[in-house]
Amino acid sequence: MSTLYFTEDHEWIAVDGDTATVGITDYAQKQLGDVVFVEVPEAGKTLAKGDEAAVIESVKAASEVYAPVSGAVIEGNADLADAPATVNESPMDDGWFFKMTLSDTSELDDLMDQEAYDSFVAGLD
Amino acid sequence: MTLDSPTVTGNRGLVIEEPLIFEQGSPDKCGVDLPEPDDRPDRLGGVARSGPIGLPGLSEPEVVRHYTRLSQKNYAIDAGFYPLGSCTMKHNPRLNERMARLPGFADLHPFQPESTVQGALAAMGHLSDWLLGLTGMEAVALSPGAGAHGELCGMQAIRAALDARGADERRVVLVPDSAHGTNPATAALCGFQVRGIPGNDRGRVDVDAFKAALDDRVAAVMLTNPNTCGLFESDILELSTAVHEAGAYFYLDGANFNAIVGRVRIADLGADAMHINLHKTFSTPHGGGGPGAGPTVLSGALAPFAPLPHIVADGAGYRLVEHVEGDMQPFGRMKGFHGQFGVFVRALSYMMSMGVDGLRQASGDAVLNANYVMARLRETLTPSFEGPCMHEALFDDRFLKGTGVSTLDFAKAMIDEGFHPMTMYFPLVVHGAMLMEPTETESKESVDAFCDAVLALADKAKAGDAAFFTGAPRHTPRRRLDETKAARNPVLRWEPPAPAQAAE
Repeated sequence: MSTLYFTEDHEWIAVDGDTATVGITDYAQKQLGDVVFVEVPEAGKTLAKGDEAAVIESVKAASEVYAPVSGAVIEGNADLADAPATVNESPMDDGWFFKMTLSDTSELDDLMDQEAYDSFVAGLD
Repeated sequence: MTLDSPTVTGNRGLVIEEPLIFEQGSPDKCGVDLPEPDDRPDRLGGVARSGPIGLPGLSEPEVVRHYTRLSQKNYAIDAGFYPLGSCTMKHNPRLNERMARLPGFADLHPFQPESTVQGALAAMGHLSDWLLGLTGMEAVALSPGAGAHGELCGMQAIRAALDARGADERRVVLVPDSAHGTNPATAALCGFQVRGIPGNDRGRVDVDAFKAALDDRVAAVMLTNPNTCGLFESDILELSTAVHEAGAYFYLDGANFNAIVGRVRIADLGADAMHINLHKTFSTPHGGGGPGAGPTVLSGALAPFAPLPHIVADGAGYRLVEHVEGDMQPFGRMKGFHGQFGVFVRALSYMMSMGVDGLRQASGDAVLNANYVMARLRETLTPSFEGPCMHEALFDDRFLKGTGVSTLDFAKAMIDEGFHPMTMYFPLVVHGAMLMEPTETESKESVDAFCDAVLALADKAKAGDAAFFTGAPRHTPRRRLDETKAARNPVLRWEPPAPAQAAE
């Protein structure tokens, strides 16, 4: 069973031991609108916390997805290239961006849990 | 509404349903009637095309009508108010065109001997003098072909200056949230790592966060002033001083120079480099109407690294310096030749016809017009920041909250009212942005007509008529486009209909 954390940049990270899956939140996909292009990182890429990890483009804007924690990319979600709409339809599940190893699990302490993220988002509107 | 009374042709009065030229003509027709030549020796070295390439054949009037009709579907500054924020869509005086078409300017070739193009070189020299005079800077590179190209020029000069002093560790460029979107792209292209700086609740750079980010890895800062929120960075002197004390360079994005030209000397702000969009500030055509030009002015610290060519006044005449002379250390060239010469002539024509006092009045009128828009709309719409603005007025979508109408819907309704919409969803630092830049071009009457339409639409949205907006535009040749489908499944090439293919 994985544990879910969130960043203020609206990424989620589901941690399972020392590996994790990263994506963007439902709030993020709603704000972006229809996603038309996604570029995910290649396996093996080393990321420091806060590095640009992926690119997402919607009808409104292009933006980056940042690494919530430091680590190395295990796999990018190759399905998103041909089906970017998956990010809108299933942001928390099939629309994941990449899987990574965690080099420093203490970095998770800076992230929000579901409850904290929900109140963070509520404060934005 | 005429939608429920279709015509036989699909045309609606002068709004003609115009098929693609490929759909109108056919490869087996020809608009000219020439005899087949008897003797056709192959002078193409065996690379003559092996089959027909499917160009449509049409008569001359058919071609003329096609392109005339297409041009009439265009919205342009010559057709109406064009308040596209961050773009400075000002009037392009016809005098500029007249000057650019003088045979002595229009019929030149860049390989002509210098002695035969002294007038053209003098025009480039005068333009350089004007740009240096207006900015107080030391050197100018005329050759960059557009704003982002000018950014590249300035950042390459900074890179060259860092290399010259062996500052290899300086590889970070700070870019505030309120900078132009091209800034981080330029820095990345020059091999720098980009670090963002947040804005404060006044829409300006957060000075404390800015200073905290300045360390000995910082190569440069790229700041847009006035920024993309339409606000003057009031702490700019404190920022530039801190940049220089940290051993970094200060790049100023001059895209919004139209708000301050003739009033602020860029050198006094502490800038080391700034590009100037001639096509914005100095009234040369853009937005599909012509090439841009982004001359870049440099401070004394960067002047030695200015790219070639240089225009030099030598005794009786002008000459182009194309190779290294003396102790100059140019980082290279920006273009094969000398830049957008026709644009230089238009910009110089504008400067000389306006005079320094006229340019000063133009920037003042641009700011006055934007503040008039702000004053008329601020009670009904929601301005993103307190206080007066510079050359453009920024609103967000809080006034639409709960109406079911989005910024996009609102913009589509503006099209039905006959206006080019304002800039939408930019800058990204405010939610559902609407950025309006009237420029000095517009009269009070045209600004009022625009504001009247915006206010009426805002009232309509607040009254709950969301369907009116989500169904807009209604009066355009095509209704709302499916932007998502266009991006996800773009059809970029016309294919002949299937039966024609089968016949070949």
